[in-house]
Amino acid sequence: MLSAIEIEQITHELQQVPVKKAACIEALKIVQQQRRWISDESVADIASILEMSTAEVDSIATFYNLIFRQPVGRHVILLCDSISCYVMGYTEIKQQLMELLQIKYGQTTADERFTLLPNACLGTCDHAPALMIDNDLYRDLKPGELSQILDQYL
Amino acid sequence: MERPLTQHIPASGVALHLKEYEAVGGYAALRKVLQELTPAEVTAKVKDANLKGRGGAGFSTGMKWSFVPANVTGPRYLVANADEMEPGTFKDRWLLEGNPHQLLEGMIISAYAIQATQAFVFMRWAYKDAARIMTRAIADAYAAGYLGKNILGKNYSLEMQLHTGVGRYMCGEETALLNSLEGKRAVPRAKPPFPQVSGLFGKPTIVNNVETLSYIPHIMNNGGDWFKSLSYTADGGTKIYGVSGKVNKPGAWELPMGVTMRELLEEHAGGMKAGFRFRGALPGGASTDFLTDAHLDVKMDFAGVAAAGSRLGTGTMVVLDDQTCPVGFVHNLEHFFAQESCGFCTPCREGLPWTEKILYALEQGHGTYADLEQLEMHTKLLGPGNTFCALAPGAMEPLQSALKYFREDFEQHIKEKKCPYAHH
Repeated sequence: MLSAIEIEQITHELQQVPVKKAACIEALKIVQQQRRWISDESVADIASILEMSTAEVDSIATFYNLIFRQPVGRHVILLCDSISCYVMGYTEIKQQLMELLQIKYGQTTADERFTLLPNACLGTCDHAPALMIDNDLYRDLKPGELSQILDQYL
Repeated sequence: MERPLTQHIPASGVALHLKEYEAVGGYAALRKVLQELTPAEVTAKVKDANLKGRGGAGFSTGMKWSFVPANVTGPRYLVANADEMEPGTFKDRWLLEGNPHQLLEGMIISAYAIQATQAFVFMRWAYKDAARIMTRAIADAYAAGYLGKNILGKNYSLEMQLHTGVGRYMCGEETALLNSLEGKRAVPRAKPPFPQVSGLFGKPTIVNNVETLSYIPHIMNNGGDWFKSLSYTADGGTKIYGVSGKVNKPGAWELPMGVTMRELLEEHAGGMKAGFRFRGALPGGASTDFLTDAHLDVKMDFAGVAAAGSRLGTGTMVVLDDQTCPVGFVHNLEHFFAQESCGFCTPCREGLPWTEKILYALEQGHGTYADLEQLEMHTKLLGPGNTFCALAPGAMEPLQSALKYFREDFEQHIKEKKCPYAHH
C-alpha cells in the first residue's frame, strides 16, 4: 500500500500532467525515494493510482537504469564503466571495490550497507575514473583511497 | 579571444547567481527581444547566424524552429536537452553548473520565437549539483518576472519546469526524450511527423541542446556577423571542446569553431602524458569514427571532421594511447551501446550484443579471422538506413574505423591467441 506521503506527492505530480500515465516515471521516483526500490506490490499500487496496467508500469520501471526492481542497500555505488574511465584505470578501481566489499556487480553486502552497480558515463571524463555513491560524486579516483571514501557511509 | 558562453563562469565553476548574471548584462537580450522583435524576427536572426546544433547532429537551429507551424492553437513546448550521456562528453555540465541563467534566458527567447507556452529542462539524473543549481535559478527567474505570466510586463507568458531523468542513453534522442517526458519508455518515434509538428503530447515541440540554447542571448545581443566572426571557419561561433584520456591536462575549453585537433591536444590538453604515445581519438564522443595522427591538422568543425571521415559530434575527444588495447577500447564502447539499445528495432537489439560478444572473444584470445568478417558485416547491417534511430549507426562508427586503422591489433589478438597489451 502506498503511504500517505507517497500518495500526496504523486497527487501533486498528477496536477502537472495532461494525462495520468504521464506521471508514471515521477511516481516511480517518489516511491523509490521512500523505499529504496520498487517491489511488485509498488508496481501494482502505482498502476492503480495512475489507472494503468501493472504490465505497462513494469515495462517502464524495468526500462530505466536507475529504477531498481530488486532490493538495494542503504547506499548505492555507481561505478562509471564507460570509455574515459576505462582508459584511466577503471579496472583497478572495480577490482579494489569488489575486494573491499566482497560482492560482485548487482549484489548487496550482507549488512545491507552497499549495493555495487556499473554505470554508464557520469559526464566527468576529465576527472576519470569516477563513481557516485547516492548523490555524491567522487572523481580522479585512486585505488588506495576507496576504503576511506566507503567509511563515510554507514 | 572571445568566449561568450563561458567567460563569466568563475574558475571555481560555482554558479553565477541571478544578480551576478544581470550585472554582466544578463537578461538584457530577453528585454530587447520582447520589446523590439517579433517571434519571426528572432528566428530570422538565428537563421542568419547559421547556428548549428551543438548536441551532435549539427542541424541548423533557426531552420529547425521554422518548421513549427504558424497557425496552430493550443500548447507548444520547448525542451532543453540536458541529458548529456554520450560517453566522453562533459561539456554541458560546465554550462549547467556554471551559468544556469544563460541557459534559461536562451530558452525563454527561443520559446518566444516558437511561441511556446511551456518549457522543460530535461536533465540527467547524475547531474545532482546542476539540478540543485537549476532549481534555484528557475525559482529566482520566476521571482524576478522573467518567467510566468506576462514576462517583463509584456504580452508573453511561459512556464518552466525541471525534469530529472532516471538514466537511459536513449533519452538523448529527441523523440525518445519526448516519450520519456510523457512518462513512457524512451523509445524513438517514427519521423515524420517531426516533433516540430507533433512532439510532446502531440503538440509542436522544439528540442535543442544546452550549448545551442545558451548561445541564443549572445546572438540576440551581437548579431549573426559577430557570431560568424568568432569562428576560424564557415561554421560560426565558438564551441566547447574537451579532451579526456592519457593527456597531461584533460579538460574542456571554449575555443573558436575550427581549431585543429593538434591545437586541442598539444596546447590545451598539454600533450600526451610522459611515456604515452597518441594513436587515435574519437573526436566527438563514443559514437564518432576514430581519427589518427594522420588527421591532427583536421579543423574541428562540422565540415572539417566530416571530410576526414568522422563527425564533430559533441566536440569532446576521447584519446586512445599506445598502451591501451584498441580491441578492449572498442569492446568497452560496444558494451555501452548494447546495454543502452532500447530494444525497439531488431538490428540494434540483436546486432549490438553480437558485436560485443565477438569483441570480447577477440580480447580474450578466442577470436578468428571469420570474426573480423562478422564485425565488418555488422558495420554495414547496423549502418545508416537499417535501424530506427541513430544509436546503432553511431555505435558502428568507432568499430568500422578501428577495423580500418588498428587492423594489425585485431589480427595480433587472433595470431597470439591473447591480448598483447599489458593491462589485461
